Amino acid sequence: MTPAQETVLLQGHIIDSLILAKVLDTIVMMGGTFDLQDVKIGATREAPSQARIVIRAGSNRLLTDILRTIQPHGAALEREADCRFESAPAAGILPEEFYATTHLPTQIRLDGEWVDVEGVEMDLAICIDPAMAQARTIPMGAVKAGDLIVTGREGIRVTPLARPAERDVFGFMESVVSSERPHQPVIADIAQRMQMLRERYRQGQPAAKVLCAGGPAIVHAGGRDALTWLIEAGYIHVLFCGNALAAHDMEAALYGTSLGYGLTAGRSVPHGHEHHLRTINRIRAIGSIEQAVQSGLVTEGIMAACVRRKVNMVLAGTIRDDGPLPGVMTDSMQAQQTMREEVQGVGLALLVASTLHAIATGNLLPATVPTVCVDVNPSVPTKLADRGSFQAVGLVMDAASFLKELARTLGWRP
Amino acid sequence: MSRLLVCPPEYFQIDYEINPWMRRTNAVVPSRAASQWQALMTVLERDVGAGIERMPPVEGLPDLVFTANAGVVVGRRALVSRFRYPERQREEVYYERWFRGQGYEVLTLEKTHYFEGAGDLLGFPDTWFGGYRQRTDIRSFPALSELFQREIIPLELIDGRFYHLDTCFCPLSGGELLYFPGAFDSYGLAAISERIPAERRIAVPEEDAIRFACNAVCVGKQVVIPAGCPRTMQSLHDRGYRTHAVELDEFMKSGGAAKCLTLALD
Repeated sequence: MTPAQETVLLQGHIIDSLILAKVLDTIVMMGGTFDLQDVKIGATREAPSQARIVIRAGSNRLLTDILRTIQPHGAALEREADCRFESAPAAGILPEEFYATTHLPTQIRLDGEWVDVEGVEMDLAICIDPAMAQARTIPMGAVKAGDLIVTGREGIRVTPLARPAERDVFGFMESVVSSERPHQPVIADIAQRMQMLRERYRQGQPAAKVLCAGGPAIVHAGGRDALTWLIEAGYIHVLFCGNALAAHDMEAALYGTSLGYGLTAGRSVPHGHEHHLRTINRIRAIGSIEQAVQSGLVTEGIMAACVRRKVNMVLAGTIRDDGPLPGVMTDSMQAQQTMREEVQGVGLALLVASTLHAIATGNLLPATVPTVCVDVNPSVPTKLADRGSFQAVGLVMDAASFLKELARTLGWRP
Repeated sequence: MSRLLVCPPEYFQIDYEINPWMRRTNAVVPSRAASQWQALMTVLERDVGAGIERMPPVEGLPDLVFTANAGVVVGRRALVSRFRYPERQREEVYYERWFRGQGYEVLTLEKTHYFEGAGDLLGFPDTWFGGYRQRTDIRSFPALSELFQREIIPLELIDGRFYHLDTCFCPLSGGELLYFPGAFDSYGLAAISERIPAERRIAVPEEDAIRFACNAVCVGKQVVIPAGCPRTMQSLHDRGYRTHAVELDEFMKSGGAAKCLTLALD
């Protein structure tokens, strides 16, 4: 839930008189938090200074108490306006001045009331229903002519991330990417969180799902067994991948190879490069991945575990795909929408060895979802942070080592 | 020559209670009030050499005698107070009339911002200090600062007995400050220390503070101070000031003394 919040203005000779310090101390002493915005220091001794302070409190009552206490020191409530909105001129077209969202919790002001925006996600617009006092994010392509879209910047509040109560690696929510960062404590924290989420998931609590978005390197590098175990053991609830991860996983199940390389022998086998095509062809013939598992054709591996554990899979295609496998979405907007629906209720996201899926998933996740990006190439977590997913914890390591270590910490004994 | 605005105590009495000193049962003795006030005028005119401007008293406005609260005067501009309590708001029109009659350019603040004149705004040539919380609204200071192009450091008054800044804070002509530290919080004390070095700060003991030692009038090296504050007088002597003790206990019944009874006009 978004905490209670108000913005106040403080002006005058507030620096040397320590009035600003007194107001800020008071807010903290009473149990609130603040963000100091737009501090303008008077250019001369005579000129007054001004500070805009955003105050947050755990409840409306505490907020009212804080405001009442600081008001005699000159903190005046900033008069806030309702948000502005305009009709979308045509399907798929936003009004010129549309407000572009961040992935932080957002509220808009409608008729003097602050309304939470549902479906927090970056780079979308906000569509409102004034009659129902509701607001939700909407992708540009999904807009219908006449939809009421929030414009300008007035009457919009974005709440920065509060530091979570848990004192683990996610407590910092900072995307420090370093190949020298010790992996083990980070993995231990992830494991602990997964343990907690599995329990919550079993109890049907919200935001308890663990999402894994992965690339085929998981299979090539030898992380397949570990990921399979994590799925079988109920630690993963949603899987995002492309055609390749699924194809190579089932290629391994059917031929013992991954892109033609024998997974156990470690060398290419004769005509091995055809294996993934033959795999795709056989699955196409049988109709679906689910059928392939249920009919006993594919008996083990990531796909088999997902089908057996009823893990929701979103397979999003790309231009390079062979086949593709049945179930792979070749309409990227449709894939995006399906992924958007599946990230609802996610409490932890593991983005493993896939630049495309990592960034696509990062874009869909609210900043409040703890996220880990694992890649042997430091540029992937860096790029993810550059695209705005600043909350993601970057781990520069090989996918297989990561998954094995994680599974072992959670009890896997291969 | 310093000129001071005063108002004779003809109608001075305790008709209401708007500060901890006022008790309607503790009636003013009019003859004593008149003689004490007259003695103060004599000291100011004869010993200190100040020029005195008298405004006419008004029946039913007992506190009109405390002209320090009329407003604040800078050059030929007079900003008229806006009192917190309705009992004193009725005085505003008379002060305004007097300023206009004397040819001052009269200024006012927004109606919603209380400001009680030189009672809550005192200063040194470059920095002014403003008392707030008890009577004056802190939000009046940015406007005053802009009008008079002065820095105004707000100080919260935390003790109801010292409800105006001039009851606990008195700048002296040599740059020293006479003040009662107990009337301020740690932020206020830090702000004062930042501007006035320790050797210029004269802390008044509480027994003198409640005898209104800080409600003094300083003209040049002369300080007119309520009687009964020997330690403060000694501190002033040590710094080369000449002191004039005046008995003002009739006015203290209402929470005021020498400074409250005068308004500096220039």
